[in-house]
Amino acid sequence: MKRSSLFVLQLLFTLLVCAFMLVPVLLSLLAGLTRNFFVGLSSGLTFDWLVQVWQAYSPTVWLSLQLALACAVCVCVVGVPAAYALVRMNNRFSRAFEELMVLPVAMPGLASALALLLTYGQFGAFRSSWLFILVGHVLFTLPFLVRPVMAVMQRQQLPVLEEAAASLGAGPIKRFFSVVVPNCRAGILAGVLMVVTLSLGEFNLTWMLHTPMTKTLPVGLADSYASARLEIASAYTLIFLLMIVPLLIALQAISARLSRGERR
Amino acid sequence: MTAITIRLKGCRKAFADGTVAVHNLDLTVEGGETLAILGPSGCGKTTTLRLMAGLERPDVGQVFFGDQDVTRLPIERRDVGMVFQNYALFPNLDVAGNIVYGLKIRGLSALERNKRCDELLELVGLHNHGRRSIHELSGGQRQRVALARALAPRPKVLLLDEPLAALDAQLRERLRSELNELLRGLGITSVFVTHDQGEAMALGDRILVMEQGRVAQLASPREIYQQPANAFVAGFVGNLNAFQVIAQSPRGLTVCGGELPWQAGEVPATVYCRPEHLRVMDGEGHLHGRLLAQFFQGAQSRLLVDVGGPQPLLVDSSDNQQHAVGAPIALAITPHMLFTLNA
Repeated sequence: MKRSSLFVLQLLFTLLVCAFMLVPVLLSLLAGLTRNFFVGLSSGLTFDWLVQVWQAYSPTVWLSLQLALACAVCVCVVGVPAAYALVRMNNRFSRAFEELMVLPVAMPGLASALALLLTYGQFGAFRSSWLFILVGHVLFTLPFLVRPVMAVMQRQQLPVLEEAAASLGAGPIKRFFSVVVPNCRAGILAGVLMVVTLSLGEFNLTWMLHTPMTKTLPVGLADSYASARLEIASAYTLIFLLMIVPLLIALQAISARLSRGERR
Repeated sequence: MTAITIRLKGCRKAFADGTVAVHNLDLTVEGGETLAILGPSGCGKTTTLRLMAGLERPDVGQVFFGDQDVTRLPIERRDVGMVFQNYALFPNLDVAGNIVYGLKIRGLSALERNKRCDELLELVGLHNHGRRSIHELSGGQRQRVALARALAPRPKVLLLDEPLAALDAQLRERLRSELNELLRGLGITSVFVTHDQGEAMALGDRILVMEQGRVAQLASPREIYQQPANAFVAGFVGNLNAFQVIAQSPRGLTVCGGELPWQAGEVPATVYCRPEHLRVMDGEGHLHGRLLAQFFQGAQSRLLVDVGGPQPLLVDSSDNQQHAVGAPIALAITPHMLFTLNA
């Protein structure tokens, strides 16, 4: 079949747009592996930069992972019961609360961070520990778990499932853990992955809240861009991508499974 | 274990919007009997069941299980088995997981749980289905699992909310007789809610007909059908022919189209009968009219007969005879099948 010239033009345009967005990423990755970026690829490829980054910044990687995990746990512990309560109440107050919860996302991270600093900055030990950043991250990521969990809870016939569990002798706490949580698994999982991803990449808040001893990966990245060679910063980006891309793929897979489960 | 009675004493329940679902209801369900609560939607039948279950608390009044006042007890401490309208099976658990849920809560050992689970799968005819996912089950199988799950912890009473409503007609018929057998066999006090009069007649030892939150009649199925307490009950449990009495005659009552046999002394204004209690006669009958239409329904056919009254008479005839539209029809009635109603 002969393609029309319009089709060829459209394809060309699409490819151009893709290239426009992907080339910077590829160049950045390549820069992290090139011996001398200013000379170009002819200078040869190397893992030296990656090793250097790892030597200088590996604590930021560990701290970021630790933060992301702790953040996921905290958000789960707070967010799942909160989502349940909000779905259960479903009145003017709960809807107002839901809006309020999204506020830290809408507000510039710098502003929320400033508020935290103003309020809790005087508690020295807390201020200088990684827990201070954790608080910021939890505030920022909470709605990203609560929202999907609420959506799943509203879809399920949770109230009648709970009545069924109660008729079989289960008290409120037992019902929450044996009926509510398992039937919202998919929503919780999607929310957790989202929270982990966001926490790993969070810069605005973290930049305000960090101390030299509590540097996360994105903060380290900014640091390296500002002070080190371009190759180092690029190699750093590569490490970040290696961490975040598998997470994003998992996120996709879960949301695909979610929508399939819905159709059943 | 002897079956316990359920007693509602002056129970009243109103909802937040002010509608009163149940007005001062007094009701005793005898130990071991199956009570059907029948009524149109919004008559308070589901609320009545939920009051017994403990899913609703009465605004006024008390609920007794045997001698125990359970009004303040939530459902999880009432020891009731409940089958929900859409079964409410736990989708995260398989068939066996659903059945043993209540046993786990009661702290039975894994060995005891498995034994009881096998018993119940056997009872509802689902052996070897224990490891199936809920999603793989047909509607009828889900219904059975819901029943097995409710019965597993050996509840004191069994409450069923429209247990067969979600099934198609053929399956409903079959499960109805299975359920009937099961309830008789267990001898457990059970109450079920339905809007289907056929279901109520087939399953209930007694039927409670409700109308707008009040008891319209509480009696055996036969009594409900043949001596309905009022026009609402009569109309709800089947079709009705009404005859306006024109005068008393030597042999009975003169009505449009003929004379009805009537022995009782007092002359009522209106008498009623069921469509199947009118017989098409070859020669003479009590009533004479013309056929308006005939609808073939398989086992029987329904005839509309004009006898000159405001409404054509409904006649359910099982003789499978084809009559010509407009042909003269003679109808006879068995005298004791005529009844009167309080307004």
